Order: sequence, then C-alpha cells, then structure tokens
Amino acid sequence: MSETKLSKNPENSGDPRAAATASGNGAAAQAATPAVDPRLLVREEGLAGYWTDFKRKMRTGELGSVPVVVGLILIWAIFQFQDSAFLSAENLSNLSVYIVGTGLISVGIVFVLLLGEIDLSVGSVSGLASAVFAVLAVNNGMNEWLAVVLALLTGAAVGAFHGYFFARIGVPAFVVTLAGLLAWNGLMLKVLGTDGTINLDREGLVGTLSNHYFTDIAVAYGTAAVAVGVFFAVQFAGARRRAAAGIPARPLSEIIVRTAVLALLAFGAAHMLNQYRGMPLALLIFLVVLVALDFVLKRTSYGRKVFALGGNTEAARRAGINVELVRISVFSVAGTMAAFGGLMIASRILAANQGAGSGNLLMEAIAAAVIGGTSLFGGRGSVWSALLGMLVIGSIANGMALLGIAAAIQYMITGAVLLAAVVIDSVSRRTQRSAGRS
Amino acid sequence: MSATPVLALRGISKRFGAVQALTDVDLEVHAGEVVALVGDNGAGKSTLVKTIAGVGPADEGVFEWQGRAVEVNRPHDAQELGIATVYQDLALCDNLDVVGNLFLGREILRSGVLDEIEMERRARELLDTLSIRIPSVRIPVASLSGGQRQVVAIARSMLGEPRLVILDEPTAALGVEQTAQVLDLVERLRERGLAVILISHNMADVKAVADKVAVLRLGRNNGVFDVASTSQEEIISAITGATENAVTRRKARTAGSRP
Repeated sequence: MSETKLSKNPENSGDPRAAATASGNGAAAQAATPAVDPRLLVREEGLAGYWTDFKRKMRTGELGSVPVVVGLILIWAIFQFQDSAFLSAENLSNLSVYIVGTGLISVGIVFVLLLGEIDLSVGSVSGLASAVFAVLAVNNGMNEWLAVVLALLTGAAVGAFHGYFFARIGVPAFVVTLAGLLAWNGLMLKVLGTDGTINLDREGLVGTLSNHYFTDIAVAYGTAAVAVGVFFAVQFAGARRRAAAGIPARPLSEIIVRTAVLALLAFGAAHMLNQYRGMPLALLIFLVVLVALDFVLKRTSYGRKVFALGGNTEAARRAGINVELVRISVFSVAGTMAAFGGLMIASRILAANQGAGSGNLLMEAIAAAVIGGTSLFGGRGSVWSALLGMLVIGSIANGMALLGIAAAIQYMITGAVLLAAVVIDSVSRRTQRSAGRS
Repeated sequence: MSATPVLALRGISKRFGAVQALTDVDLEVHAGEVVALVGDNGAGKSTLVKTIAGVGPADEGVFEWQGRAVEVNRPHDAQELGIATVYQDLALCDNLDVVGNLFLGREILRSGVLDEIEMERRARELLDTLSIRIPSVRIPVASLSGGQRQVVAIARSMLGEPRLVILDEPTAALGVEQTAQVLDLVERLRERGLAVILISHNMADVKAVADKVAVLRLGRNNGVFDVASTSQEEIISAITGATENAVTRRKARTAGSRP
C-alpha cells in the first residue's frame, strides 16, 4: 500500500529529536489547513471509487465472499451446460429446501469458527435433538411446540456444557467436542431405544416446517419486497446520519446500485420459486435466522465481543470482556443451531432415526462455513457464508445426482472445493499480514 | 509544571520469593512531563510498571496520586485513578477496524445497538486532536504499519481521559520514520498536559522526547537525570553501573571535559 503510506519527510531520517519537532510542526500545520490529507484512503465518490476500493480490498487480502460467489456462478454454469434441468424452478426450489437443515447447523459453526475454534459435535447434537423431539412428541404425546423448545434447549445445554469444559477447564475445544461427537450419538441411540426409527406426521408442526409451501405468489414477492425495502431504508437512513455527523457517507447513487443488485437477486429468486410451488417455509425460516444472527454479530456489542475474541483473546480480556462467558455462550449458540438444523432435517425426511446426525453431515456443515468465506483462523466471517457454502455443496451434490455421477466422485469433488476454500483463506490471511507490513 | 507530582512512589519494594525485585524505589512524574524509565534487562522496570498499573502491587512503599496516598491493588484501581498503560504487545485485535479497536470494551450503544456512526465520529475527532494520520478508520488494523498500530494503541488509551500514560517500549521494532511518528505523539501527549512514563532501551528516543530520565539498576534507583543537561554516556554508565555515585560521575565529567 505504498500510496497510502505516511509522508516521507526528509527531515524524519535525521536526528530523532529534530525530526520529532519538525514533523510535529508539520502535522500541526496540516491540521490547521482543512484540506483533505492526500495520504488518507478517501474513497472517490461514485462507482469509480467503488472499483478502486474493491481493487484495494482484493490486493490486501480482504476477499470476503468474492471467491465463493465466483465459484458458485462457475458451478451453476457447468451443470446448466451439462443438463438444462439443473437451473429449472423445481430443481432450484428443492435445492433451497435441501440446504436449510445443514445450513442452520453451519450457522452455529460460523459462530465457533469466529472464535478460531471448532465444534465437531454438531452432527451428533442435531441427531440427539431430533430424537428428543420425536420421543417426546410422538411417543409421549407431548405438545409439539413444547417438544421443539425442549429439543432446542437440549442443544443449548449440550453446547454450554462443551463451552464450560473449553472455557473454564481449558480442555481444547477440538477434544471436548470430539468426545461430544461420540457421547451424544450414544445418548441419541439410548433415547431412541429399541424402536430405531420414529416417523413424524407430515401435517404436524415439525413436518410442516419442510413440507409447507406458500403457494400464494404474493408471499415470495412480498418477502423480496420487504427485504429490498428494509435494505434501502437502513442504508439511506445510515447515509443521512453519517452525512449529518460529518463523516464519509455512501453516495445515493451507490445505495441505489446496491439496492438494485439485491432487488434483482431477490425478485429473481421469488419469481423462480413461484414457478414451482411458491415460497418454501423452510427457506423463509433460514433467511430470517440468517438476518437475525447477522444483526447480532454485526450490530450488537455481543457480536463485537465474539469478533474481538477471534482476533486477539488477550486484547479482548484486557478490554474488560468476560472471555469465559462469551466462549460458553458461543458454544451454546452452536448447540442450539445444531438442534434447530437437526429438527429441520428430521422434518425433511419425516423421521428421527438412528442414522441421524452421522455420515458426512458434520463435514458438510463445517465445509459450508469455510467455503462460504468464514476463516478457520478466527475473527473473519459472516453467517451468510453458511448460505453461500451450502449452495455450493448442495449444488454439487444435486448436479452430480442429476448427471448420475456416483457419490464417490461427488465426495472427492466436494473435498477438492473445501481444500480450495481453505487455501484461499490461508493465502488471503497471509496477504493481509504482509500488506500490513508495508 | 505543577508543584505536586501526578504520581509519586516512595520507598517501593517488591519481592518475588527469594528475589528482591525492587528495593526502596522512588519515582515522581509531574503533569506535562515525560519521564523515561531506563535500566538494563532485569533492572526492575517491568516490575515497577506493573506496580503502577495495579497488575502486581508492591509489598512496601507509598503510592501517592496527586499528593494523596492511595491503594492500587488491581488494574481497575489504576484505571479509576486515570492511569493508562500501553503494553508492548499492543493488545489490538487485528481483524477489527480502527474504530472497533478504539472502542473495544466500551462500545457506544444507541437503543441497544452499536452506534457505529457516533463511534466513527468520535474516533476521527480523537485522531484529529492527536494529529494522528492513518489511511482510514474503517480498515482492519492488520493492514496498518507497525507505527500506525502503535499510535492507534496509544490513542485507544486516551479514550479514558487519563492523567498518566505509561508506554512500554513503544518504539521497539519500529523503523526510523515510524519511530518519529510515535515520538511525535508522545510530545503531543505532553503538550496536552499529561504525565508520561516512557520505558525504552533506545537512548536516542529517550534523548529526543524525555524531560527526565529515571535509571533503575538491580532493583534500586540509580539516579534521576535532567535530559537537557546530561550526556548519553552518563545515562548509559548509570544503567550499566560503571558509575555508582555522584562523586565518580563528577570526576568522569571533569576528566572528559579536559582536552
């Protein structure tokens, strides 16, 4: 970042005392003149400025979700080229329901990854939650809402349990949750008992979650309209307040462009969903959870604490943050989201069975978060990576199935995509570090 | 310079098991004064700073704050008094932007939600009053240079409106230009009437910004020098122990001044 480097006053290289006073006077003189300091990274207004800023971010390793979006477009193009049924309304609608269960688990993983930790137990916890729900609601006839709440609380308690051992006792999270992976799977088998499989009612509360579609086209379009409207209002009000406070604000043109891009995506998706069976309830739930948790991470002091812990735990501690409490709560969030995801998966297959939460569910949930752009090294990421990553993984699985390619190949390709994502993460982290040393 | 020192330590002693880390150490810092605390490795600089910051309270001695004897047993006590400490390892979160770091742990909220706009406005105000130039307050601290990171860390300590700032090796591992930036900032802190304790191994830095130099040797005071009228050699010999008292110092000086 040579152009942003501080001034190289010739006198700075001489005797430090002289340099200090000389440049001190220089700084005072600069402060007196209101002109914009040429060394500051002031973004030009308008699209040209946006492009410069984008290039700077790419160069300094702040890649964000750019690689995954490019990858997703590539994957969709390839599959569409091979089989025109891939981008059909029915297929995409099914894909959007398929990704919800694992996606919700992946959202919890994002929280844990932001701390720079890992939770290997989420698959087993999701299975345990579905078993708890099925036994309570189906076998014991408990009210379904109550059973759902108890299943979610089971997840929260299990997560807090892991968090306690990690934060208070100091056992590595990897080991605690590996123990959990085995133990909770065992508990699930115990809870299910001799039945092995408990079928759920398609018309019941949980059955509805994945099988209900809002056939009224107004729901999908309405959701898109609300999303676009709220986005614009928030951006516009923010820019107004910033301008009033005298700090750089997004120009209106840029807000309009961003809103237009979102509107294109949202209404395009709504139109596509309406071609088939309308807005799936499952997708709506997923989107609401994503928006809510994104708000928690980006706009609350709790979220700021999570990011701070992922960046530098010691700094967070010195800033007065209760490190243990935040850690325990984050693992509890991961457990809750795993339970939620487990219920959604049970809802999709209309059963809680002994195989729930096993197989490659755990790996998919972690891979989705990482592929979506959340760093394994902590401190960088967003809950939207769960959506983007699951779209990539789901598209690969779905496309391969359409083309009749064996699962063996599918696993290998998903593995390669995950490796690529981690490589991008590592390289961008290194670029960011070296850019900082310039 | 005020008559009553902001901070006065009298007869501070600290023992770790069998090791007497500090013995009967005195230190005075006035408002608008930069006192460099120097000494060889193991001389007790860090121990003394920890005593002031409340991290490791002294076993014996009097801690006077603005003329009043006070007890400082926890970091919180020191912060309450108005003592800010900027540690060598900076304590910044690389992934957060400058605003996020400045307000970490004391975020400004607006109906329960982070008020980014107010925080950014105040951050700019603070950086402007300290004449700190950084590329943008909205880029992650990881992409700043070492000197810029150090000034951000110092600016962060200023948010609590302290009376005394302790800087632990602020220029270690910085280049010439970046060192000058940090020294500029130290001078601005002094202009604003703050008391500054600067721990440094770099004699050029000490000579550049400090008003007084307090030398520690083997856990004891080994002289307080006025920077303007003392040569670098004299300070160094006080650190290394080549001279032990005023008489030998004087002898050395008169011997040196003879042609």
